[in-house]
Amino acid sequence: MAVLVVADNDNAHLRDTTNKTVTAAKALSGDVDVLVLGQGADAVAAAAAKIDGVRKVILAEGADVGHGIAEAVADTIIGLAGGYDAVLIPATASGKNFAPRVAAKLDASPISDVVEVVSADTFVRPIYAGNALETVQTADAKKVLTVRPTAFKPAGDGGSAAAEKIAGASASGVKFVGEEMVKSDRPELTAAKIVVSGGRAMGSAEEFSKVIEPLADKLGAAVGASRAAVDAGYAPNDYQVGQTGKVVAPELYIAVGISGAIQHLAGMKDSKVIVAINKDADAPIFQVADYGLVADYKTAVPELMAALG
Amino acid sequence: MKVLVPVKRVIDYNVKARVKPDQSGVDLANVKMSMNPFCEIAVEEAVRLKEKGVATEVVIVSIGPAQAQETIRTALAMGGDRGILIQSDSDVEPLAVAKLLKAVADEEKPNLILMGKQAIDGDNNAVGQMLSQLLGWPQATFASKLDVAADKATVTREVDGGLQTIEVALPAVVTADLRLNEPRYASLPNIMKAKKKEIATKTAGDYGVDVAPRLKVLKVTEPPKRSAGVKVENAAELVAKLKSEAGVL
Repeated sequence: MAVLVVADNDNAHLRDTTNKTVTAAKALSGDVDVLVLGQGADAVAAAAAKIDGVRKVILAEGADVGHGIAEAVADTIIGLAGGYDAVLIPATASGKNFAPRVAAKLDASPISDVVEVVSADTFVRPIYAGNALETVQTADAKKVLTVRPTAFKPAGDGGSAAAEKIAGASASGVKFVGEEMVKSDRPELTAAKIVVSGGRAMGSAEEFSKVIEPLADKLGAAVGASRAAVDAGYAPNDYQVGQTGKVVAPELYIAVGISGAIQHLAGMKDSKVIVAINKDADAPIFQVADYGLVADYKTAVPELMAALG
Repeated sequence: MKVLVPVKRVIDYNVKARVKPDQSGVDLANVKMSMNPFCEIAVEEAVRLKEKGVATEVVIVSIGPAQAQETIRTALAMGGDRGILIQSDSDVEPLAVAKLLKAVADEEKPNLILMGKQAIDGDNNAVGQMLSQLLGWPQATFASKLDVAADKATVTREVDGGLQTIEVALPAVVTADLRLNEPRYASLPNIMKAKKKEIATKTAGDYGVDVAPRLKVLKVTEPPKRSAGVKVENAAELVAKLKSEAGVL
């Protein structure tokens, strides 16, 4: 049985969500190939070839696949699917965009957000905002899975797979117009070892950046936010941690002024250590926090900065 | 133009799901059910298109038990014109849902299908994309802004790291993200008026779609519980504990 892993990349860098998906793939089969879709993505393919345990790297180049247009990406994968028993895709916004298309074309029932590979046909995935874990067995001839990267350790480097180049498919009826990316020098949210998140208590975008960002920078952490903070416009939407945002599992998660709604907990409760700073001693976040500090963030965060030295 | 809006009846988002002791699933007996929040956003957007004079008819479709009719009524009270209920007492997987919706689309011939990006029960985030593939129509998922013209839609999408704007030719499938709009509450007069709107009841068999599950659910379990934490007195104690006890600093 052979498995195809679709790489997560931005045309220039390979994201470590790919290495984590390779780990999940290796639990299925020894024959793991990686597909890199992009434009001018030779560096990404070279990085993918170094992942330990990868048999072959396929680089599919094209303008539409470079922009992550779902139709083009899915058609490229479907063109290769004949040679594979399973396609594994990182469960990122991009992966979730095209994975179900691949499944529909192959007449397979897709399995989303896999957190554990039990056997080659049995998988565990969270449902109901992470309040339940479902173990499912598939009888589909070809399996299409998205893999929750935070649930798997990244496969290391040390491989030297051969790379081949193919042409990526193009899409009709869809035109890329433009993009607006948030610029940040901080570590990427889903890959960061420490995450500092702010909630509605911040009250304004100015307060959010004044309180949360210096603390994050002091710790070398990524910045996250609750849905309430994002909806109120205090933080950009891609900071959102939760069921409908990003799922993180850092070593240390510091929740500042976040009550801990079900929606938010679904995105961070697998963090190794959770710290909650909230002035409401009854906030649900304290039920999952390893260390809780009942205090107003306005005094607690400066004191924390001082204590960190 | 005609807009088709699929909606799903799910556990209310404020309710914490409880796993049944026999691990057969989540206990839904006597639990408050509501329209999936993302579906509400899709209905709202469709109704706004109608108010702008872009859409002429908004058709609501739901697949589920007889009670899903209440969900359709809610959407009709928000401004939908008529409903279609495909009744099914067992759980229908996203692939079968997509096939049923394709059959409805083939019959209704909408210019736009507007739906939520994911349902908060299965958390699959798959039906819209699969429907688009089955129909051979373009897709625009995770929409936070939608402009519809006669033959195309310009959609701003929430992607990893920011926003992306694409243009799709109609007919197309668009899935709504949280920030697309703020759904309205149905007013009492509109709830009364919605009772008179037509809901056609169908079955999967009417569309010739096999809805037998492809995935066998072996068990549903509770996630591992986190062990109880401690409260610290001040920031200095917190830092000390993170350094010595937890070893994460």
